[in-house]
Amino acid sequence: MIQFDHVQTAHCESGVISNMFRHYGLSISEPMAFGIGAGIFFGHLPFVKVNGVPGTTYRIWPGAIFQRVCSRLGVKMQSQKFSAPAKAMEALDTVLAKGIPVGVLSSVYYLPYFPPAYRFHFNAHNLVIYGKNGANYQVSDPIMDTVTEIDPQSLAEARFAKGFPEPRGKMYYPVKVPKDVSLEKPVRQGIAQACHYMLKVPVPMFGVKGIRFLAKRMRHYPEKVGDRRSVLYLGNVIRMQEEIGTGGAGFRFMYAAFLQEAAMLLSKPELGVLSKELTGIGDLWRNFAFQAGRVCKSRAADDVSYRELSEMLLQCAAAEEGFFKRLANVKL
Amino acid sequence: MKKDEVPQDGDNLHEGSFRQLFYAVDDKGSYTPVSSVGWEPENVAMAQAWEEVHDRVERARQRVLAGQLSPVGYYMEKHLMDLALLASYVGRFQWQVKRHMRPRVFNKLSDKMLQRYAAAFRITVQELKKVI
Repeated sequence: MIQFDHVQTAHCESGVISNMFRHYGLSISEPMAFGIGAGIFFGHLPFVKVNGVPGTTYRIWPGAIFQRVCSRLGVKMQSQKFSAPAKAMEALDTVLAKGIPVGVLSSVYYLPYFPPAYRFHFNAHNLVIYGKNGANYQVSDPIMDTVTEIDPQSLAEARFAKGFPEPRGKMYYPVKVPKDVSLEKPVRQGIAQACHYMLKVPVPMFGVKGIRFLAKRMRHYPEKVGDRRSVLYLGNVIRMQEEIGTGGAGFRFMYAAFLQEAAMLLSKPELGVLSKELTGIGDLWRNFAFQAGRVCKSRAADDVSYRELSEMLLQCAAAEEGFFKRLANVKL
Repeated sequence: MKKDEVPQDGDNLHEGSFRQLFYAVDDKGSYTPVSSVGWEPENVAMAQAWEEVHDRVERARQRVLAGQLSPVGYYMEKHLMDLALLASYVGRFQWQVKRHMRPRVFNKLSDKMLQRYAAAFRITVQELKKVI
């Protein structure tokens, strides 16, 4: 029996990091993991369509936070992929038998403990398996408020879902966790990287430019794709921003919480001020989602409402541009 | 967002038991995680996404009953898959799966192929052949 201390978090990846590292005596909060991993981001990809709807993201691609946090904190992970479910489940059992909790990559669609309404084909969900109860596996899913169990067949299906990205039974666990880690340098690196990704990536779909890109396209939704699709496109932006896993306002509040912690850690009150500023930007995003929700509900795709939403996005973009420029200029 | 502004708009999609975490600011200005049962705009967007799914499933069902589409097309919609995803589950090219959506082609499929589709949809072959 492994004693695993489960704490509910907002986001699965930063949550697994926080829960798993704590098991090894390395305590970092979820916002801290998110910040060190430079998780905050924005991207709008009209040609990457999920069920015919263009993709929008408020965070960096799956796996990046994990990999960055591990390399910045000097944690060594053992990670494996498998060709067949039987082998993958066997390997999982072997590691569990040694008393090691294991992180696995899974598809939300096959996790029976989620409410059906949340079960879409999303393949990059992280959770921790920390033991067995008879044939069933004990699960610490970071976005659930308590631990739960899953039957072996569902787990195998979730681990071997097809689509993009294919989990291929991926499982991982730390093999070396340093006891004493200084967080100062990782925090500095995380902040610098976040600013770079938000301001400097020379692609129009990413970072602050990406917000403006989406604003420009949203303005023309009604005439370009018609009423019905406009509402679906808009609904998807809202969901990516506010659905379970974001901590509210598309990770902006989580990042503000990180900056608050970082201000204490580095004794830099400037970061506290910036945290407040980002909270305000998060409220702008929430306001946008609120208005967008009303447009969705009324279904009246008049040009005026989409133009207003587009203006609101431009405001968010301007606010974030100023914010990240100031953040990049803080002498850390 | 202040702690007391964290929305608590429950709806049946969350099934009551499911709570998500928001980060919000308390009276002293410190961030703290706050549990929430949901927020109206997200609920609206989610309900609409499902409405779209149900519409597509219903349209596919009608086409199957009218003899224009094989059950493969219906179950694909029902399991929220698209052509690419279904093709990778059954290990065929997309054009092959597309062909299998024609009733005449579907009726001639081998048991082995039917079994693959049934497994992808997690149903039996008998269920696969019937669409009600």
